[in-house]
This record gives sequence, structure tokens and C-alpha cells, in this order.
Amino acid sequence: MWGENPHDWLDADAGPVVRPYALTGGRGRSVPGLDLVAYVVSTAFGLDPMLYLLPEHRQILSLARQPVSVAELAGRLNLALGVVRVLLGDLLAEGLITMHEPQHATTEPDDPTLEAVINGLRAL
Amino acid sequence: MDSAHSNNGTVPRALKVLVAGGFGAGKTTLVGAVSEILPLQTEERLTDAGTDIDDLLGVEEKMTTTVALDFGRITINEQLVLYLFGTPGQERFWYLWEELALGALGAVVLADTRRLADCFPSVDYFERLDMPFLVAVNCFDGERQHQPDAVRRALDLDSRVPVVLCDARKRTSARDVLILLIEHVRAVRSATRSTGTTRTI
Repeated sequence: MWGENPHDWLDADAGPVVRPYALTGGRGRSVPGLDLVAYVVSTAFGLDPMLYLLPEHRQILSLARQPVSVAELAGRLNLALGVVRVLLGDLLAEGLITMHEPQHATTEPDDPTLEAVINGLRAL
Repeated sequence: MDSAHSNNGTVPRALKVLVAGGFGAGKTTLVGAVSEILPLQTEERLTDAGTDIDDLLGVEEKMTTTVALDFGRITINEQLVLYLFGTPGQERFWYLWEELALGALGAVVLADTRRLADCFPSVDYFERLDMPFLVAVNCFDGERQHQPDAVRRALDLDSRVPVVLCDARKRTSARDVLILLIEHVRAVRSATRSTGTTRTI
């Protein structure tokens, strides 16, 4: 029953105790047009351990030492995409990351590219 | 460190495939069967998502909904990575997430023959977008195997849309579905080039 332990109801099933956008100070504005499969890469500045950053900022910088997609960052950090985009906006503004938008914005994959995908899948 | 990418930090080209279909049709299973990473899940809050729904219900207020999606990754080579996006939650709303479809190569619509009507919204959506898609009928154990033609008729599909039977749990089966999809994308592109029509997305 309720009351025996005041935190009984705060188990994992209760979901996050902090609302998603609390992390961003309520900011909902993010990098416009940031694609789900845009790649994030930390710059050399982002590796400075003396930077004053949120733990989530640091996690992003750590994961993005190798190119990592926005969707994958959200999944690994267990954060909503909108939140990740706000955090990426912070890092971008500070010059700590670079963003690489996918090429589909400009060109559709050509036949050799599709062929490579088919061959790659066959090799699985 | 788990990474799809070359050590020199080269940014590969990302290609996107959608995996749609009704609740419980096996989307997460299919993504998991072929992905090289455990399927990750993320979510997004959509505001003003009720524009179409408002008309339907005669309700004027704006709506907010949370849409979850699964995704997986297949590294083709150092320059190419295929991302799979599945849509596990909020079936009524996921297709309002236009961004998900933007730039996608094509889509797999998973069909569960016990609830075939559940994939109508996905089929409608991809037809409207003029995005290449196929229908993969997920054959669960012990289920009567439907003939692809019967599914095609029931869904009123264009004769050029491939319909295949699959077992979403099996890596080879899920892989073959993806291969067929990419081949279909290539054929559609080729036909489009020869007739001079263009896709809208």
C-alpha cells in the first residue's frame, strides 16, 4: 500500500521523474532542419575536459568522437529527439561539434549506390 | 567502441528505410533481426499534429502526441550506412511525422494477416507520397499462410507493388525483404526516368 515507503511509486515503471525538457531549461528551440540521420562529430575543442558542460553534453561529445547519427545519440542517451537537438544546438554554437547533413537533401542515390546496398545486404 | 565508421572519422553516407505496419505486425522484430546494433528507441513530441484529425473530429484545439520509433543500423561499407526506422507506438500519428519520410529510399509495410486492415494507413501514406514500398506478410508460426495475391487484392495494391511472405524473426528473411525493397526502388527509379515523372519527396 501507499505510505510504507514514500518512494515505493518511484520505480522504473513510473518513467522518468524529470520531465524531458527540464534538462534544456525548458528550451524547445533546436537546430532547424537537423535530420535524424545527420552525423555529429566532436571537434578538437569538444575534447577539453575543463569545459563547463552538462553531463549530457559531455556524453554527446564522447559518443561523437566517431561520427554518430542524431537518432542514434537520442537512443543511446535515452533522450527525446527534441531534447538532443537542443543540446546539439548548444554544442554547435560553442564550436564543439560539427554537423553533417545527409546527402539526400540534394541528391538521390544513383544506381551504383543502390547496387552497393544490395550487394552489402546479400553479404549479411 | 561500437562504431559503424572508419577510424579516420570519415562521415559515411546515410540511407534511410522505413519499416511500417500495424501494431504487433513485427516491425521491431524485423529491425532487430538485421540490425548490427541492438535496436534503439527514441521518441519525439509532435505538436500541431492534429491538423488532419481536427477536421475528422470537428475539434479545433491543437494536439500534442509522443511518437516513438525504433531504429537499427546496417553498415554496407565505409561509405554507406543503411538506417532502418520502425514505428512502434502511436500508430494513428506516426505518419504525421513528415520528417521521417523525408529522403527515405523506400518502405517495408509489414502485414499481419489476422489484422490486415491495420496496414491500410501505411499503404495509403506511401502511395500518397509516391514513395516506393513493398508489403511483407509476416508469417507467424501456426498461422495459415496467405497467398500474396490474396493480400494484394485485399489491400487493393497496384500490380507493381511487390508482396512477399516473410518471417520477421529470421535474419535471412528480413534481409531478403530489404534486398527486394532496394531492387524495387531501383526499378521504380528506372521507370520514372523513362517516363519523365518526378517524385514529390
